[in-house]
Amino acid sequence: MAGTVNLVCTRERLGEMLTELRATPIPDGQVVGENFTPADGCHIASGWETFSYQFGTLGSELWTETINVVLASINAIPYIFGYVALIVMFMFVWRAIKTFLTPTRDYTSLKTVTFGDESAVRSETAASIISIILIFVIWGTFTGSSLLPSFMHLPGPFTGEGSFTYTVEDADGNRDEAEVFVNVITAGGVAEEIEIDGGDGFAKDDVTTVSVYSSEIVSWDRNDDVNRRDDGARIVAINGQEFQFDPNARDDNGNLLDAAPSFTLDFARVAITDRGTINVSPDPGWQMQPLYLPAPEVVWNRFIEIAKYGYQNVYLTVHLGFSLFRVIVGFLLGAIIGIPLGYAMGLSNWFRGWFDPIVEFMRPVPPLALIPLVIIWFGIGEVGKIFLLFLAALWIMAIAARSGVSGVRITKVHAAYSLGASRWQILRHVIIPNSLPEIFTGARVAMGVCWGTVVAAELVAAEEGIGKMITTASKFQNTDIILLGVIIIGIVGFGIDMLMRMAERKLVPWKGKG
Amino acid sequence: MSGLAIDNISMRFDLPNGGHVQALKDVTLDIKQGELMSVLGPSGCGKTTLLNIVAGFLAPTGGETRINDHVVEGPNKERGMVFQQGALFEWMSVRDNVSFGPRMAGKKKADYMGNVDHLLDVVGLQDFKEKMVYELSGGMQQRVALARCLANDPDVILMDEPLGALDALTREKMQGLVLKLWKETGKTIILITHSIDEALLLGERVLVMAPRPGRIHKEYRLPFAEMGVETDLREVKEHPDYTTTREEILTMIWDMEEEIMGRTEVEE
Ligand SMILES: Nc1ncnc2c1ncn2[C@@H]1O[C@H](COP(=O)(O)OP(=O)(O)OP(=O)(O)O)[C@@H](O)[C@H]1O
Ligand SMILES: [Mg+2]
Repeated sequence: MAGTVNLVCTRERLGEMLTELRATPIPDGQVVGENFTPADGCHIASGWETFSYQFGTLGSELWTETINVVLASINAIPYIFGYVALIVMFMFVWRAIKTFLTPTRDYTSLKTVTFGDESAVRSETAASIISIILIFVIWGTFTGSSLLPSFMHLPGPFTGEGSFTYTVEDADGNRDEAEVFVNVITAGGVAEEIEIDGGDGFAKDDVTTVSVYSSEIVSWDRNDDVNRRDDGARIVAINGQEFQFDPNARDDNGNLLDAAPSFTLDFARVAITDRGTINVSPDPGWQMQPLYLPAPEVVWNRFIEIAKYGYQNVYLTVHLGFSLFRVIVGFLLGAIIGIPLGYAMGLSNWFRGWFDPIVEFMRPVPPLALIPLVIIWFGIGEVGKIFLLFLAALWIMAIAARSGVSGVRITKVHAAYSLGASRWQILRHVIIPNSLPEIFTGARVAMGVCWGTVVAAELVAAEEGIGKMITTASKFQNTDIILLGVIIIGIVGFGIDMLMRMAERKLVPWKGKG
Repeated sequence: MSGLAIDNISMRFDLPNGGHVQALKDVTLDIKQGELMSVLGPSGCGKTTLLNIVAGFLAPTGGETRINDHVVEGPNKERGMVFQQGALFEWMSVRDNVSFGPRMAGKKKADYMGNVDHLLDVVGLQDFKEKMVYELSGGMQQRVALARCLANDPDVILMDEPLGALDALTREKMQGLVLKLWKETGKTIILITHSIDEALLLGERVLVMAPRPGRIHKEYRLPFAEMGVETDLREVKEHPDYTTTREEILTMIWDMEEEIMGRTEVEE
């Protein structure tokens, strides 16, 4: 930019000298190299400095990120090992069961060398079934699903009543003990009144109501007549456990001298806040909050509800219908243009030369990257989304058709010519049928990409569609609907692929038999 | 003159590195109507190139091929091809493969169906007419290829190692079939083979080619094909002339191969 200059500036921050690169606008009427003077502590960056500081910053940022990723990965390791252990355990259990069943004696089962023989590896149906069941079981145990017997649930969040005592010491060194009654209720539940009489002494008993997965601050002194926190009273022990913490003891900058203590009680975590109050967080247990992961039956009930009554005034069939409509129209348009384009590229030097650069450039551009452009060009209406899917399918189909044509064995073409076929007949009876298997493979890939793209496009901009349903649900934190949307997307995508495979088996039975 | 005239054919391929390969040099041949000529020669001596020129798939860099007194300019149904393998259309049934030529010519189904079924009977595939070609064995597929070629009624049949991919037993049966069809139809046939026995048993004329540049080395006129029509092919093989000719050609090709090996060593 004409009006900008890169400066290297050194300044002090938190007692450390910090050197950084800064793009700075040049004030009006000043010219670099003439009357422009950089600010104090700065000088104009040389080309090398511009380069090296950029990469220095990038490097340090990426290093921090790498560490984050590694730490997160390390956290995942026990879970991965646990899962693998389950897989292996089920394998041995199943093998043990299988030896009691009548063994099959087909060719593969009689092979002695199976390790390394890829053809001897078949998908074990039992493993597939167990794996799917296990996913639901894990889902259920982590959500306290009512579909599972309760002994299979992980410990849920604490609900009900709990209490702990606290000891107050006033400014004069007098101590008194009082009790806090905590009533933990499920989200949306109604608290039962707990009757307390306050107890004796200057510290009075307190009562508080907390929802599961949240926390509550107990201002223990609010019902005390005397010796409030303002008067210098503070807590010195929880459940009789003494600690040294004075919220009023601070250095000149206002920082605390002691670390605020916290206690893990059987029903809650109790922490003293920086201001001397008590923060009570009831034990969340091992289960996931419904906000993060609703139970399977919740999602199922939502499905029934949405299927019947729709979500936000749009029926599920409408959402799904719009998504499928876009995919099918976009795919068909892409195929209608892409297949002839691929044939032209496969059959004519000129067309191949013409389109090679265009196709090779457009192919690696993911359709998702075009969403912003398409919205600017076409708005959020149907045309834009269908155009996007058209593009997604176009290159895939063109390349599939091209390689289908190139893949025709020259002896077949020669044979057809020798049998008296014309060019047109060779196209019709040799080249097209020969390229159909490749085109079907391409169509399967294109359908998959289109389905993924339509969902992403709807996430960004749409009035209806399964992706739109998810975005709306995320605004209202309806995790069950988000999850439902994801499951529907997966099932429909799988269904599309199955249909394409069935069509392939029916329409091009010679695939791979050439 | 009816028949096939190969007149002073030369073929030179330019290579991307600037060099060139003289695949054929001054090959001249006259093949009469109804002759069966087999072509032998070491690998790379230009047999396939010659056949492709006759078929019209390649334009020679020198000379011309004439058939029935007109010059060959491209592939045409008067010259049928039988390839080693993979030339059948796997998206068609056996019957559709065999009827391909007549169908492309726009003939009426009633006019060609009788002949197609007859040919399938002749090659012994009467029970496989509705099968897809990928459901057949290699030998059966070559029989389909033969029938497909014959259904188009070409003047000349060009075969490039048609039986090369078959096992010895099937191959022997197919050799008998080729002889039988040749006698019955009276077609002109050029047959490229790597098997000396096949060349001797099937070829009225046997052409031995030499490499670098590809050229005709020697030509034989042999009685064994005629004999084979009447008697069992194995009895033909016992014939004393057969063994001597066989030895002679074997030594000839062996020497050529040796020479090529020697030369490449010197070149590199
Ligand atoms: N398209 C081509 N470009 C360059 N050289 C070629 C080409 N086709 C064939 N040749 C060369 O021409 C020569 C003859 O090849 P050709 O295929 O006719 O041999 P062949 O006798 O049929 O061999 P084989 O018995 O192995 O089939 C070989 O040296 C080969 O390298
Ligand atoms: Mg060859």
